[in-house]
Amino acid sequence: MNNLILRLWGLFVARNKEFYRDRGSMSWNLLFPILIIGGFAFAYGGKPKPLFSIGVVERGSVTVTTHPLMEWNYARFVAIASSPEEIEKAKEKVSRHQLDLLIDVEPAVADSAAKKSVGHFWVNPTSPQGDTLEKMLASVQGVSWNRESTIGREVRFVDWLTPGIIGINMMFSALFGVGYVLVRYRKSGVLKRLKATPVRAWEFLFAQIMSRFALISVTTAMIFTGAYFALDLPMNGSPFALALVLASGTLCLIAMGLLVAARVSSEELAGGLLNLMTWPMMFLSGVWFSLEGLNPWLQKASLISPLTHMVSAARSIMIDGAHWYEPTVLGPVGILLTISLLGLALGSWLFRWE
Amino acid sequence: MIEVRNLFKTFPAKPEPVKAVQGLSLKIPSGVCFGILGPNGAGKTTTIEIMEGLTKPDQGEVLFRGETVISSGGGHRAPKAWSRAIGIQFQQTALQDHLTGRELLELFAGLYALEDPKQHVTQAIETCDIAEFVDREPKKLSGGQRQRVLLALALVHAPEVIFLDEPTTGLDPQARRTFWKLVEKIKKQGRTLILTTHYMDEAEILCDTVVLVDQGRVIDEGAPKELLERHGVKNLDELFLMRTGRDLRGDV
Repeated sequence: MNNLILRLWGLFVARNKEFYRDRGSMSWNLLFPILIIGGFAFAYGGKPKPLFSIGVVERGSVTVTTHPLMEWNYARFVAIASSPEEIEKAKEKVSRHQLDLLIDVEPAVADSAAKKSVGHFWVNPTSPQGDTLEKMLASVQGVSWNRESTIGREVRFVDWLTPGIIGINMMFSALFGVGYVLVRYRKSGVLKRLKATPVRAWEFLFAQIMSRFALISVTTAMIFTGAYFALDLPMNGSPFALALVLASGTLCLIAMGLLVAARVSSEELAGGLLNLMTWPMMFLSGVWFSLEGLNPWLQKASLISPLTHMVSAARSIMIDGAHWYEPTVLGPVGILLTISLLGLALGSWLFRWE
Repeated sequence: MIEVRNLFKTFPAKPEPVKAVQGLSLKIPSGVCFGILGPNGAGKTTTIEIMEGLTKPDQGEVLFRGETVISSGGGHRAPKAWSRAIGIQFQQTALQDHLTGRELLELFAGLYALEDPKQHVTQAIETCDIAEFVDREPKKLSGGQRQRVLLALALVHAPEVIFLDEPTTGLDPQARRTFWKLVEKIKKQGRTLILTTHYMDEAEILCDTVVLVDQGRVIDEGAPKELLERHGVKNLDELFLMRTGRDLRGDV
């Protein structure tokens, strides 16, 4: 047992040293997400855009195409289902400035004395757009409005983007750090040399996986902490839940890297396979833009990507304040861990030293 | 004593499979330097890779002190006891980037169940006389220095049997002579050395016994001087030419 630990420790330490002495690679791992986050923070920073987003609860004859505010220009109307859950979600969006106003007009319940419909609206008093829209509501004829305020912090694009950028950085580090490195080891004969020692394949793979897991954990923690303070990121949920999601995601991505590296001995082929995995994940995982408006088929296809689950769970924790036991976290964690176990088992089974 | 019995190995290839080893048998006494000589493609490397447990034979077996350690019916890897008993220097070995020679020695020492790994590292550094450059990364070493570090890696766990696969290929004459001195030093420690080479001067100087291999078969065997006297030739090159009609350094 002691010898086993020594062997594992030796391989683990050797891989770590290789990583941090490869200055170019390490710098890129740290610099890449900082550049992306900084660039987007700059590009999407500044004053709020002059665009109103109004949620319309569709109830009876009142729909997103027939509601009393239809004639307002420069507004985007979002249909909200009339179920209490959907209305609650929409109110949350108002509180986070994702919607400027939410209206719910009940045509069936008319105020017979004044011959007006009764309408409810929710507005965030700290939102400039909300304030403007509230004043504009007074000009709407035929509706008696009941006002409710909902207060929360604005979700900036950078808040929404950062979990995705961190995820992308983890994806590249896991896939290339395990997949590409193992293929390079195989091609150059390092694996053949190790095969001639008493080290077993699982010991070697376990040390590689743990080394990469530790390195990704440390770099991600550093990047996240830096971004959290520099960009004043929200952290409404449990940090433990976020750590759980990121750890499951890291393991899952490492397992995918191991699958690529199990047999391939050509760096070119490995590079091609890894690019084939990373590029679709990068653009179809909802990192850069919301998947809500995408073709339904693409939305379904995006569920294949582990990054989709990791990013959505990370956002639900950071922005929506989810905890580890909630379905928006447990569901993705379950999927990520399942893919991890399958990938690690299959990758280890397929693994060849040469 | 190491015994190789009736080894066969064929690799799939087009237009036809390559019969790398065809019924090769060897008997290697303990404590000698045993040379396996032949041109490129003769089956030397395949033979010793089978002996090292890196390649599985189609047929045949390898015995160490009467125990079967490698056989066609065995697993894809050698038993741990055999892995511990042997040290290997490949013809071409890449090493992990960014690790110094000393760190590599420490890594490899850690892979074997050694009582005092640090002492083993110190011993290997001393034996191979690499103290001067052992703290450099291998990519910053000359070819000769690199080969000496690789030899130290093969020796770090104090193996009884050491495989050297064309260890001086590509080295300049001075580096080759330095390497030969190290091999002589290791020989004096009583270890068994199994050397493949296509340099006949190297074989004549270092080896107690040699086998000439061609097309995966042993075509002659004996002490270098005894072989030359037996066939009345000046050197092993000439002997090989006489036995096969081809130059020892020519490609098959």
